[in-house]
Amino acid sequence: MSSGELPGPAPGERMRPAGRRNTQGIRIDPEAEATHQPRYAVLSALVKHEPGVLAEVSGLFSRRQFNIESLTVGPTTDDEVARMTIVIEEAEPGIEQAKKQLEKLVPTIAVEELQPEAMRRELALVKVRGEKPDDVQSVAEMYNGQAVDASPDAVTVEITGSKPKIDAAIEAFKQFDVEEVVRTGAAALERGAETMDANGHMSEE
Amino acid sequence: MSERAFHQDPDPSTDTDDGEEATDDAREVTTGAEAAIIALEEAGVDMAFGVQGGAIMPVYDALYDSDIEHITMAHEQGAAHAADAYGIVSGEPGVALATSGPGATNLVTGIADASMDSDPLIALTGQVATDFVGNDAFQETDTVGITQPITKNNYFAGDPDTLGADVSEAFALADTGRQGPTLVDLPKDATKAETDAQPVSPEIPDTYHPPETADEAVVEAAAEALEAADRPAILSGGGVVKGEASDELRAFARKYDIPVITTMPGLGSFPETDDLSLGMAGMHGTGAANLAITNTDLLIGVGTRFDDRLTGGVDTFAPDAEVIHIEIDAAEINKNIYADYPLLGDAERVLEQLDDALTDAPDADEWREQCQTWTEEYPLDYESPADEPIKPQHVVERFAEMADDDAIVTTGVGQHQMWACQFWTYTEPRTWVSSNGLGTMGYGVPSAIGAKLAAPDREVVTFDGDGSFLMTMQELSVAVREDLDITYVILNNEAIGMVRQWQDGFYEGRRMASEYQWVPEFDLLAESFGARGFRLEDHDEVDEVIKQAREYDGPAVIDAIIDPGENVYPMVPSGGDNGLFALSEEQLENL
Repeated sequence: MSSGELPGPAPGERMRPAGRRNTQGIRIDPEAEATHQPRYAVLSALVKHEPGVLAEVSGLFSRRQFNIESLTVGPTTDDEVARMTIVIEEAEPGIEQAKKQLEKLVPTIAVEELQPEAMRRELALVKVRGEKPDDVQSVAEMYNGQAVDASPDAVTVEITGSKPKIDAAIEAFKQFDVEEVVRTGAAALERGAETMDANGHMSEE
Repeated sequence: MSERAFHQDPDPSTDTDDGEEATDDAREVTTGAEAAIIALEEAGVDMAFGVQGGAIMPVYDALYDSDIEHITMAHEQGAAHAADAYGIVSGEPGVALATSGPGATNLVTGIADASMDSDPLIALTGQVATDFVGNDAFQETDTVGITQPITKNNYFAGDPDTLGADVSEAFALADTGRQGPTLVDLPKDATKAETDAQPVSPEIPDTYHPPETADEAVVEAAAEALEAADRPAILSGGGVVKGEASDELRAFARKYDIPVITTMPGLGSFPETDDLSLGMAGMHGTGAANLAITNTDLLIGVGTRFDDRLTGGVDTFAPDAEVIHIEIDAAEINKNIYADYPLLGDAERVLEQLDDALTDAPDADEWREQCQTWTEEYPLDYESPADEPIKPQHVVERFAEMADDDAIVTTGVGQHQMWACQFWTYTEPRTWVSSNGLGTMGYGVPSAIGAKLAAPDREVVTFDGDGSFLMTMQELSVAVREDLDITYVILNNEAIGMVRQWQDGFYEGRRMASEYQWVPEFDLLAESFGARGFRLEDHDEVDEVIKQAREYDGPAVIDAIIDPGENVYPMVPSGGDNGLFALSEEQLENL
């Protein structure tokens, strides 16, 4: 049922290039094939503090299939500005894309990827069985945590710190039967005097 | 439509018009709705496309006193497409109006279409009163939530004092940088509320900074790479048209003697009659364009997002080429194809920068000859024996020869659209009005209305398919009512032809739901709308029927019964290698 063949040399008879690109659209150097491995990146974003921004940002990450580990948002000293901390796990091109797509949103004021040594903190509340409150308190102290609620049946401990520290703490609490855990995800700031300006550039004040 | 329940909320304020308030003074804002309309007027809007409905009634009431001409469409999707086409042809944001709920959701396809093609569009939607929002009120839908991924930005304008400013900003944003759609959702209590906040002139939000000129160091490096190139090629995209960079691009290509390939949205950005033109690349692009893009060693992509229909598989896309990417949207750099020389900025200004940085043209005589050879080896061709059914390519080609030089072509989506790409000769920007990125069947009928109203003195022809026409043909009533001189050509093969082509090529000919058992007689249907209908069944009558349809002063519909066996070639299968385009079904199966 098809139409006749168009004129011209067939596919096998045509001039062929030597090169190739990888799936990220990057030309492959035949000598050293570079592939980008996923890594964790912490994006810090200043956004307009207005309704719908959180939905807009989380929707962006989901619809563009960026692998998001945590997203936290809260007010800043400026009533009109909120700061988001977003941890993603992506290969280099994905990190670059995520940053640019985030910058492209109109309510976004600035975006910066934080240095690996940036301060990162998250908070966890861990509720464990309450039969051995003294033992729970001892473990909590090892992680600079503290019990914030105690009842005959359960003790709830607050832990603050980096992600690995909280992972380790939760692991340690498992000996008491962890009933529930809630974690905030990372809040992060650059070390030293650097702050983020409206253009997303770090500057010393 | 029963859903448009005017009885639900009769608006007493519309009955109090005593008609004695007309003054020559500038209009003062009195309500939120007035603020929205005056904001549009201040932005220079003189036409809007829409459909009335309960929640948007205050805004329409404000239109009553406005000089903005309102075109009542049959369906909100038609309003969005007409406004989109108006924006493409005029370069200014088209305006679409709809009520809440189904009115807004019916706009969604058109907004998504504008988003994919970076068409300037502003949509104003009615919304239930703020007290009812979130309660699943009658005709309530979360319009802002639904349209968030498909707008540059959208606004819930719940405050009558800032509502006008929201409309102004939305207009400016749609028009600035990489153009695109914006939406302002207008709750009925806010549009009815009194306000004296006067309109502001359209200004983009302070967080939006489209780049203007590219980094000089990168420009210098790009110029150096271009001078050293052996096989340079320009890929001219839709951004060249949208960015009014067509003249600059032509001058640049000719000055440095660089062959030019266009993307589909880039059709018309470079004249296909020029010796340097290789035509359109991609899935159904020309052999020359696809071979050039495959074998180039330096590709200058201008205003293109390297869409998958253009690139085929990225592993085989221009694999020998360093890429200079001139682009206004930073997020397009390295999204699909890595840019060795990212030049962020306005296309026209960056081309000027690149021109200033160049001292020599690349030495590419051999390459140009090669490109020329490909053009000769791979003509877009078809056989058209007089005793066989009409070939669709012949209809497009004959129409192109008879049409005015500056005629505007609009299309639906499918095989007919590809033939309209291939067999019409595009020489000027803003003459190709199509659903490139979203691929919206049904775009043809309403887009012609928007295009014609944006350029009333120019010829407008729409190539449509029987399937696409059936999706939005109700808008023909608008073309008749507005007495628009449009020629619709339905390339009728009684099938969703492109799907059928894929079924034959990739699904062993299992033609599930692609062939109609019956289609209406479109010429008679057109007559019943009050348009002029023509039935074209004979090869020998092609010229005469086109002539008569063109001469008819009003909407004419040609029902062209074409060879149902005709398919679109060349073809690069989805994700395939552009250099290995198939010239026939047999070659396609062997790829």
